Parts: sequence; C-alpha cells; structure tokens
Amino acid sequence: MAREITGMVERRGLGLWLTHLGMIAGVLVIFFPIWLAFVASTVTQPEIVRPPMPLWPGDQLIENYTAALFSGVNVPVLSMLGNSLIMAVGIAVGKIIISLTSAFAIVYFRFPGRNMFFWLIFLTLMLPVEVRIVPTYEVIAGFGMLNSYQGLIFPLVASATATFLFRQFFLTVPDELAEAARVDGASPMQFFRDILLPMSRTNIAALFVILFIYGWNQYLWPLLITTDPSMNTIVMGIRQMFPSGDDVADWPVIMATSILAMIPPVVVVISMQKLFIRGLVDSEK
Amino acid sequence: MEKRVTFKGWLLPLCLIAPQVFISAVFFFYPAGQAVWQSLFIPDPFGLSSQFVGLGNFEYLLGDPYYRASFVTTAVFSTLVTLASMIPALFLAVMADRLVKSAGTYRTLLIWPYAVAPAVAGVLWMFMFNTRVGVVSWYLGQLGYDWNHVLNGTEAMGLVVAASAWGRISYNFLFFFAALQAVPRSIIEAAAIDGARFWRRFFTIVLPLLSPTTFFLLVVNIVYAFFETFGVIHTITAGGPQQSTTILVYKVFSDGFVSQDLGSSAAQSVILLVVVGLLTVLQFKYIEKRVHY
Amino acid sequence: MATVTFDNIKKRFGPTEVIKGVSLDVADGEFIVIVGPSGCGKSTLLRMVAGLETISEGELRIGNRRANDLEPMDRDIAMVFQNYALYPHMSVAQNMGYGLRIAGLPKAEIAAKVQDAAKLLQLTELLDRKPRQLSGGQRQRVAMGRAIVRAPSVFLFDEPLSNLDAKLRVQMRLEIRELQAKLGITSLYVTHDQVEAMTMADRMIVMNAGRAEQIGTPLDVYERPATLFAAQFIGSPSMNVLEGEGREGALWLGAARLPNPTGHRGPVMLGLRPEHLVPDPEGPIAMQVQLAEPLGANTLLHGKLEAGQGFTASLPGVHTVAHGGEILRLGIKPENMHLFDRATGLRLG
Repeated sequence: MAREITGMVERRGLGLWLTHLGMIAGVLVIFFPIWLAFVASTVTQPEIVRPPMPLWPGDQLIENYTAALFSGVNVPVLSMLGNSLIMAVGIAVGKIIISLTSAFAIVYFRFPGRNMFFWLIFLTLMLPVEVRIVPTYEVIAGFGMLNSYQGLIFPLVASATATFLFRQFFLTVPDELAEAARVDGASPMQFFRDILLPMSRTNIAALFVILFIYGWNQYLWPLLITTDPSMNTIVMGIRQMFPSGDDVADWPVIMATSILAMIPPVVVVISMQKLFIRGLVDSEK
Repeated sequence: MEKRVTFKGWLLPLCLIAPQVFISAVFFFYPAGQAVWQSLFIPDPFGLSSQFVGLGNFEYLLGDPYYRASFVTTAVFSTLVTLASMIPALFLAVMADRLVKSAGTYRTLLIWPYAVAPAVAGVLWMFMFNTRVGVVSWYLGQLGYDWNHVLNGTEAMGLVVAASAWGRISYNFLFFFAALQAVPRSIIEAAAIDGARFWRRFFTIVLPLLSPTTFFLLVVNIVYAFFETFGVIHTITAGGPQQSTTILVYKVFSDGFVSQDLGSSAAQSVILLVVVGLLTVLQFKYIEKRVHY
Repeated sequence: MATVTFDNIKKRFGPTEVIKGVSLDVADGEFIVIVGPSGCGKSTLLRMVAGLETISEGELRIGNRRANDLEPMDRDIAMVFQNYALYPHMSVAQNMGYGLRIAGLPKAEIAAKVQDAAKLLQLTELLDRKPRQLSGGQRQRVAMGRAIVRAPSVFLFDEPLSNLDAKLRVQMRLEIRELQAKLGITSLYVTHDQVEAMTMADRMIVMNAGRAEQIGTPLDVYERPATLFAAQFIGSPSMNVLEGEGREGALWLGAARLPNPTGHRGPVMLGLRPEHLVPDPEGPIAMQVQLAEPLGANTLLHGKLEAGQGFTASLPGVHTVAHGGEILRLGIKPENMHLFDRATGLRLG
C-alpha cells in the first residue's frame, strides 16, 4: 500500500504522541455524558441527590436495572423496549419493502404516470414529520390509530431516501443482466427475486441499520400519538418518568433507562460498523 | 439516467409502486395540503366552525414579536449547533487521519453518540447540568460560577446547543474522515515535496479538497438543527426560559398541541415547508455540483 | 436447430431508421458473422433476433415460425453477451442452470445438463465458484455454457471476445467455432473485428449505417467486395483506394497507366490491396517510401504516390528502407484490381 512509504508526511515521535493525546481527550469528552449516566445507573438515589455524585460505578447496577426493567416509573421499561423494537423494526422493514418495489417499478418499467409518481415520491423528501404534525395527527386520529403500532409506524414508513438509494443502485446494475434473465425466461418478478434482491443484500443491510436507528430514536411522533403509557416507546418514555412539580426524580432508574435506550442502536451501529458507514455515506450523497 | 432495458406491462409496476404512493398520499400530501388549507382559517374556540382569513394568519405571525424572536432563536441555535458539531469533528478527523494504524479504533470509539437519540442526549446533558444534582453544575459552583439554565436563557441556549451538537460530532466525523481518506496521498506528498508544512498543506490543499463534503455537511446539519432537535429541547428546557430556546419546530408543536392554536400552527407549518424546500434545493445544487467535481 | 429468415427487417428509434431493411436466409447449422464498425446497427439486428428489441417492420422467422412478437424465452435462442452478464451472486452451476430452473425442470435433470455442458467446456472444476473468482477466459466459457445448457435452436453472440486479450481471443475464436461445428447449432455472431469475421464465418454480413453492404462467404467478400465500404472494411492492412479515370484500354491514375480490367470508362474508384502489389522495376505505380514496418513474414511499406495520395504495400520477406524518400516501383495483376463507381461506391464489373 502507498501508505507505507509516506513516512515523510506522517507524524513521528513527539508529534505522534501529541496527536494520540488529542484523540484520547476528544474521545473522553465525547464519552463523558454516557459514562456519567452509566455511573448514575449503578448508585443509590441518596448518592446522587447529595452532590457531587461519585464518578466511579457503585454496586447498585442489578437493583437499578431490575427496577427499571420490571417496574419502571409509569410502566415497566421492558414494555417500552418492546414497543420501540416493534416500531423500529416495523419502520425499517416497511420502508425497505415499499422502497424496493417502487424503485424496481420506476427503474425497470415504463408505465403511464411514471414521471408523476417519481416526483410525488421525490417531494416527500421535503416533508419531515415535524412540519406537518397537526394534520398528520388528525389523519391518524381519524383512522382510530392513536395508541397503536400502525399509528406509530405508517406515517414514518414512506420516505423517499430509501427509494432513491435503491434507484441509484438499480441504475448501476448492468442492463445485460436483465437481458440475460429475459433470455433465460425469467418474468419481471423472478428477475426481481432471483437477481436484483440478492444483489442488493449489502444495500438492504446497510439501510436496515440506518432506518432501525431512525425509527428507534423517534421522539415527537410517539409523544403525540401514544397517550396510553403501555404504548410508550423508550426514547419518549424517559421524559415521562420525570415527575411534574417539585418531586425528586428517581435518577438511578431514569439513568438506567437511558442506558437501556441506547444499547440497541449502539450495538447495531458498532456491530455493523462497516455496512453502516457505507450505507450512511451512500444514502446521504 | 435511464435504463435501456425495461420490462413490458403497466399493471405490475403500478401495483409495485402503489404502496409507497398510497402512504405518501395519506400521510404526506393530504396532511401537507391540510396544513396549507388550515393556515387560511381561524377556528372558533370550540372548534365548531372556522372563519376564512386568507393570509391573515401569516400576517399575524410575521407581526408577532414572539414568532419573530423564534426565528432569531432558530437562526442562532442552528448556526451554533452547526459550528459546534463540525469544527470539533473536523479537528478529530484530521488527527485520526494521521494515525493510520489506530484510526479504526478511534472511529469505533467515536461513532457511539450517533446512535444515541437526541431526546436521550437531552436527558444526559440535563442530568450533567441539573441545578440540583448535576455534576458539572456543582463543580462550576465550586469554581464560583452559578449555573442555572432554568432561569438563564443564555445558559439554556448553550446547553441545548451542546446536547444537540454532541451526537452530531460523530456523524460529521465519519464524513470528514471518509473525505480525508479519499484525498489522494500523491497530492499530499507533492505538496510536502514542494515544501509545505502540515498546517500550510491543510489550509491550502486539504481543506479546499474537502469543500464539497463541508458544504454538504453544512446543509445537512442546518436541516438537523431545524427539525431533529425537538427531543433535545423538549427534554431539557421545554422551550424556556421565557421562550429563549423555542425554535420554530418547537413552536409549531407548542402552539398546535399545547395552546391548540391550529390556524397559527398550520401557518407556521407552511412557513417551515418553504424553509425545507429551500434547504432541499440547496442540497440538490450540491449534488449537481458534486457530479462535476 | 433451425433456419432463421430475415425478411426486409427494419428498426426505427423515433424518426431515425437505424436498420434500413435487411433480408437474409440463414441455413440450418450455419455460422453467420455480422461485422461492421460501431454504430452500424449490427448489435441492434442481433438484439431483434433475441427479442430484446422490437422489430419495426419486416418479418423474422426462426425455424419457419414468425418470431416478431415472441418473448425471448419463446424463441428458442440463447445469447452470449459482450460483458458475459453472469449473475454475480450465483455460482457457475447456478448461472448455467438458471434458465432451466425458470423453465421448471427437475433439479436432477438441471444438474445433469449443467454437468454435461461443464464437461464440454472444461468447467467441471469451477462449478462452485462465483463469477468474480474466475478469469476473463473462464467467464467467457461460463457464458457459453449458459447458452449451451439450454440446447437452443439458435446461438446469438454479441461481441463475445472483445473483453479478452489478444492471445485468448485467438484461442476462444477456435474453441467457439469447434463447439459450434460439433453441436451444429445455427449461430449469429456480431463483431467489429474483421479478422474474427474472416476466420469464423460460413457467411458474413458486412453492415454499414444500417444496411447490409454485402452478404457472402469470407473469400467472396475478400475477392469480390460488392461495395467500396466492404472492400475497405475487410482485409488488413486495408485496401488502398485511389481516384482513377477509365479510358480506352487503360486506367489512368494521374500520369500512371494501368490496365483496365473491366473496360469501364469515366471516373472510377480504384481499390488495390497492399498484399497484391509486387515489386516490379517496370511497374506503373511509383511510391515514395516513408516508413517500413517489418512484421517478420512480410513488411508493410507506407508512403506516397506522385500526386501525394497515401499508399501502403505489403511485400513478402524483409525490406529495409535506407532513408525516407526512396522510390519503389510496383505492379499489380489486372484480376486483383477492384473498380467501384465513384458516386454509388458499387462494384463495377
């Protein structure tokens, strides 16, 4: 690799150590909020409310997490985790399926209204849920989908980004493959299933990671449409755990919940790092 | 770009595209249309009838000092978030790029916060700076600084900016790092042979080569600060104190759901739609440019 | 196995006619090469046979059955693509068997047919590999295998060798020809390489701007090119073409007097193949030699005639040129002179 012979432009000696030091300092600063939350989730309430709280983990880890998972404040965190999982997976899978099929239709067919549909989908890029919350809420309420998984998932399922990513990818698939499939006698759907889908595997996986995090981290939408605590998702549920008025918050449990809310997306990101970075850089371009 | 080869038929593609079109129509276009429609009316207090006011809601909004203040707040907030997330990210990426062997490890350590939801980030930062139990605010107190973001609007703004920028550093780092890795080594070497030292090389060669990425991140981070930071603000300050952290998206929410002022909320949605539209156009300008780059 | 009949086939893309009426009867088992420069419509013609392009006008019959409106799979054809078009995520065996799988054949039968084809192409060892693990020549064989497995009536080849290096190309050329002869399957083969056309074809179609300039055996086309275009396209180095004037008993090339084999009078285009020129101190053609390219068995001499026209001669053995500007006198047999109409480019006599 060319990198091996670039000693000249690479830092050595003192400079190298300073750079490492800088990086480590950066990492520590970035990590500090998470560390503090973790520490808070392993100590007792009195230790926190008598500042300064310790900066090293205590021995209450199991107690606090058990309390959070099985009793929580309003509802057990376990149920919120379940709701989040259903919502995140529902959004990711739903988006991937409808994006795959619509991108296939747009790229591989010429049909009446194709351009119009293309632009309709394209326009949804410009409409984040945040700017149309009131009318969207009314639609969901009209369908009777408040406090339901459908209500949590459907409005967030249609998004142009995934469709565009697949469209870009399909356009790079050589024309000859579709021709070879036609000569082999494959129908459009057989081509889609046997050739296009297997070839899109890495794209699908990368997109799944990104969409899973997107769905998991939703806040405003679940806040609006889940009035029943049993339908709360974990990310929005944390805020609901703070007492109103002057009561003291149950910090260890709240912080344990925060850590629990981070674990699934962090695990997904770290374990699928390569795919995720590729997907991110591709999809945002 | 178009495919030369296509399959025949029109029924199958219509069926394939139908789910997305249906969902877009029901959950995007209908609500967006509703927002535009509602923005032209003022409902009576009982919600039984509404009165057509034309652009009255917009006129009222633009004359409303609170709304104008919210615009300024949003501008300040998004500028600060963009700067506070991009500059440290670039700095970290430049350092990581020089540490060839351990760059991967640092990257793994740095991408964590990206996965943390803005609302959770808000809770973490609110905890650190909590006026009663916060560690950072306590140590600041020891140093003689009385931190109180619940009462002090500037401190509140600083806190929501920090919490919003925090997770974004990871995201920006990934893009800057990828872009730095893509800078051809030979160019750097040529500059080194030309006698340019590190910072000279960075400012005259590397930074210009990064400009497409920088521009892209600029737009994306502004969009993020505008629309995706609701969770941070809602968990930390709920828009206060005295609306000092009420950004536009937050105001749509609080006017629409808390105050039930639907006409005004809808008009605000329409204004935001225009803002998103402009930002999207900007983003596409960037993509077009990039093709030629 | 089948005959293929083109009956005045035309193709239009919007208002532009890219195939301007091609008619041809391909006999059962015949190997037809469609040759021409890029953009001449040769690939379009092949793709119309495959059913990948619609036919705007005329009739295509495969095995005496009208095929214009048949789907590719119903035409009983197999195609080898220029870039092979192997499915990247499937193994060699899966690639070869995909068409049979679509046709719903039982697994065991597919496996047996794939095995047979693999043996024929020496691919048996490679059946479990993915396309990216194969060399260019091996991919080419897999693409062939995919075509053979289906035992079609007609093979279609779309510049199948253009992605291979020169040496492999020569080898694959022979293999394809041998295989085709063994299987006896009617074949249409598109190429821009006139050497491939000459060496492989039973008959070739020389195409230019959507028209078939000439249809005939390689030697036919070489010895009696029907048009100026065919004359220049076939043969390497390409034919010298000069403006001449036919008069009583002689053909004048500026001041040089050549025999007039056809007796045609008036302005003509005269074609002389470089390899037909012979050194002759009394010869009518005087060439000022500027450059010699020794190829071993023969030498290419490039230079100018008296009136300044560029000229090339190919002489057997080794010829050295001491310095630029040497004058070489050349002669040619009357039967090796080709005359063409100056306006239409059609062969005279």
